[in-house]
Amino acid sequence: MTHPMIQLTDVSRTYPGGVAALRSVSLRIDHGELVAIVGPSGSGKSTMLHVVGTLDRPTSGTIHIDGYNVSKLSDGQLSALRATTIGFVFQHFHLAAKVPALDNVADGLIYTGLARSERRRRAAAALERVGLGHRMDHEPHELSGGERQRVAIARAVAGEPPLLLADEPTGALDSVSGTGVMELLHELNASGTTIVIITHDREIASGLPRQVSMRDGQIIADSAVPVESLAESGVA
Amino acid sequence: MAVVEVPRPKLAPARMRPGDVMRVGAVGLRTRPLRAFLSALGIAIGIAAMVAVVGLSSSSGAELDRTLSALGTNLLTVSSGTTLTGEAAQMPKDAEAMIERIGPVEAAASVGKISEAKAYRSEQIPEAQTGGINTYAASLDLPATVGATLSSGTWLNAATERYPAAVLGWSTAQRLGIGSAGPDTQVVVGGVRFTVVGVLNPVALATDLDSGVLVGWPVAEERLGFDGHPTTLYTRSEEAKLEAVRQVLAGTANPEAPNEVDVSRPSDALAAKQATSQAFANLLLGVGAVALLVGGVGVANTMVISVLERRAEIGLRRSLGATRGQIRTQFLAESLLLSAMGGGGGILLGTAVTMGYALYSGWPSVVPAWATVGGLAATLLIGAMAGLYPAIRASRLSPTEALSTP
Repeated sequence: MTHPMIQLTDVSRTYPGGVAALRSVSLRIDHGELVAIVGPSGSGKSTMLHVVGTLDRPTSGTIHIDGYNVSKLSDGQLSALRATTIGFVFQHFHLAAKVPALDNVADGLIYTGLARSERRRRAAAALERVGLGHRMDHEPHELSGGERQRVAIARAVAGEPPLLLADEPTGALDSVSGTGVMELLHELNASGTTIVIITHDREIASGLPRQVSMRDGQIIADSAVPVESLAESGVA
Repeated sequence: MAVVEVPRPKLAPARMRPGDVMRVGAVGLRTRPLRAFLSALGIAIGIAAMVAVVGLSSSSGAELDRTLSALGTNLLTVSSGTTLTGEAAQMPKDAEAMIERIGPVEAAASVGKISEAKAYRSEQIPEAQTGGINTYAASLDLPATVGATLSSGTWLNAATERYPAAVLGWSTAQRLGIGSAGPDTQVVVGGVRFTVVGVLNPVALATDLDSGVLVGWPVAEERLGFDGHPTTLYTRSEEAKLEAVRQVLAGTANPEAPNEVDVSRPSDALAAKQATSQAFANLLLGVGAVALLVGGVGVANTMVISVLERRAEIGLRRSLGATRGQIRTQFLAESLLLSAMGGGGGILLGTAVTMGYALYSGWPSVVPAWATVGGLAATLLIGAMAGLYPAIRASRLSPTEALSTP
């Protein structure tokens, strides 16, 4: 690969009122990585997910996602980037009530411009992939928490985006379901998807190949970068 | 860290297919069907009211046309007016015969009002209670000329016009409590008992006759002290020469004093009545428009609440790649669908009301195409206006804020 999947350069995000959620953060994540961004609440990790996911724009600094300079893109282009390149998984699933799993996943592809039959075909394949081939006609209220999160993951990966961002994917699940979901994310990563998982759970983070620790809007540790080089860049 | 700048293909959001716009717009209606139904109902009532008002006035207009073409518009009446000094004028006794000599006149008939002969159900009724019933001497060709039909019994003939036999107008029969004619049914006219031989149906072009008691010309002169002067003449003429006839009618009926007779065309009066009810229909149409506006406010309210409630969904859709424009389109489509459903239902309802009432009244049912098309256009306009602000609000929502809503 000639360019990293994610590249943050001196990214700051200050909210109106003066709260600095991110302070001059620089981070590079390459294609195919499986990274945990870990930190206590208020450490800025959610803001990190939002700016990486192009849902929020940084106050200063530049962000490149899959080679695109996010700050130079219009709303329409950003939307296209999200539709084709980034998949989101949320703590509370955000599934549509009273809609069968298959349609929940298929409707996630509505902004890719694919025809409905193709969306449903891909949705069925994605549900098979997350092990819910037998639950396609079930509505969210008929599924367990773990199964709902699998549906949400199927929706995120149905369009085969190269990048998957997961915000506390196991936060609302019991430990057994949580483990199942983490296994699934490992499998997806093994098949080539770059995955960034936001979590406050150090145990979950320690099971991943790379951990980026955050506190007070700054990166305090990155298992892929020696502590000295962080210190050199004046961050720690 | 060095940033690797590489040329990348240009990004462009995919256009949503029309079917997908509809599907996405219907999401809110599917998840909250009762609310959708109720706010569509507001629109439906407004449209139904307007369509029904237009439909009913068109139907009654069509009925009038039908009635007029059945009754004919070639009837002219000549009635004796007043003299220059304000006294009741008299037409000559042979006025009917003179009018019949006008070329294009096809038929003529006359009645003579007998003011002093009052009609009562029996001798027991106090004299003052005339019930607004007038007694007329009528010529035998009257029903054929004015287009009167009998609801029961028969019309006078050359025999019965010499004897105390009477034909009652429709309202007279009702006021006197007489259901049908028969040899045992008698009324008292000018102190003389008359047998009721017939009852007329309402006469649309000569409504005076409805509240009249009609007796034969000879018997009226003999027994009721009738002076033999006709008070109203009815004529049928060739349609094409109606105006020409109208101009000579006064002079022919009363050559000595043409100014003392009034000539009128009863079908004009019917059309004028229709015009009056049209003005009333316009007022009702305004009421319907207000109802429609209220319905539109209901839709706007529903949409505003819908946007507030569905912030999380909006955030999710933005994360899935929806542009601001696509979010706007979604809520606008929802609003339009909601009003279109209401409008469609309202048109059906209004048409059903029109057809039901027309059927009940025996009218032809007519709902003009412009009313249905206009109604649907009005609902779509209302839907667009009601949905625009909520849709813009939804599209301006920041995705991160929307997602943080539980």
